[in-house]
Amino acid sequence: MFTVILYILALGLLLLSFIKDRKKTKMALKKAWKSFENILPQFLSILIIIGITLAVMSPETISKLIGEQSGWLGMIVAAVIGSITLIPGFVAFPLASALLKSGAGFMQIAVFISTLMMVGIVTIPVEMKYFGKKAAIIRNSLAFVFSFVVAIVIGVIL
Amino acid sequence: MKNTLKRYSFFFILMVINLAIILVTPEIGQKSLKITGDNLLEMLSVIPPIFILLGLLDVWVQKETMIKLMGEKSGFIGITIAFLLGSAAAGPLYAAFPVAGVLLRKGSKLSNVFIFIGAWSTTKIPMLLFEASSMGWKFMITRFIVDIPGIFLIALMTEKVITAKDKKLIYENAVDLD
Repeated sequence: MFTVILYILALGLLLLSFIKDRKKTKMALKKAWKSFENILPQFLSILIIIGITLAVMSPETISKLIGEQSGWLGMIVAAVIGSITLIPGFVAFPLASALLKSGAGFMQIAVFISTLMMVGIVTIPVEMKYFGKKAAIIRNSLAFVFSFVVAIVIGVIL
Repeated sequence: MKNTLKRYSFFFILMVINLAIILVTPEIGQKSLKITGDNLLEMLSVIPPIFILLGLLDVWVQKETMIKLMGEKSGFIGITIAFLLGSAAAGPLYAAFPVAGVLLRKGSKLSNVFIFIGAWSTTKIPMLLFEASSMGWKFMITRFIVDIPGIFLIALMTEKVITAKDKKLIYENAVDLD
């Protein structure tokens, strides 16, 4: 749904741009392709790493590791898995909800979702390319710690 | 040509590893390949409009305009725009980095770019609705409220730790990535 809106927006603006200035539009498309191709090798590598990781770890294994009884250890495991894996939101939320129903703890799931969204170990090479090593490492470390704060608040409230 | 091969060499190595896994344990290897294929298709379906919008932004929005909107002196407005821009985004976090590159090149303030990254990763509006439907409203709203100060804290702290020299390098690097 949102992707459709994004396509309509992009194509609409592209058409508008084309009507206003053909040369500039051509330049814009060239830039679009260039910046895409620039990060393509990293993208492809990341996709294979995710594929292998998810093939080795089944949802059952994940569920066993971060169950309600797993406590702090489970939270740390959830945070590490969340930091490494790269699951899109519309897969992650149903997965999280399924894990909850099969006995995973709320705090473990909260820390899993937060690190999943904010921390990206496999994408860190791409991030470093744009922000440098230092900024990328600091941002990811802070996000990792912050995910525990989110989990604790959720654990207290829910 | 040689350069292209070098850039893709890590990808080729991973492909070989995956093929080796297929030979050893066909089940896991094939599953892995299938997940990679699915993700690739998903990526290819989300990414084109993002990059087209990026190209258009780059060509049409002048540097001066961007500096006024999100630059050093943009203050509260710059922060708000950065937050809204990130929240309205679609796509995984790694798609945010090229956008951040353009924002930097156009003279956005570094902390604003980090706010943008933070919002893109955690407060995406389309995702929030989906989160509420699968995790419940209470979970979603709690996370949202806790995340907002977190995004600003992380952005400000990251900028504080970075030296003026690092900062200069980030901006220079953004120009080179063009």
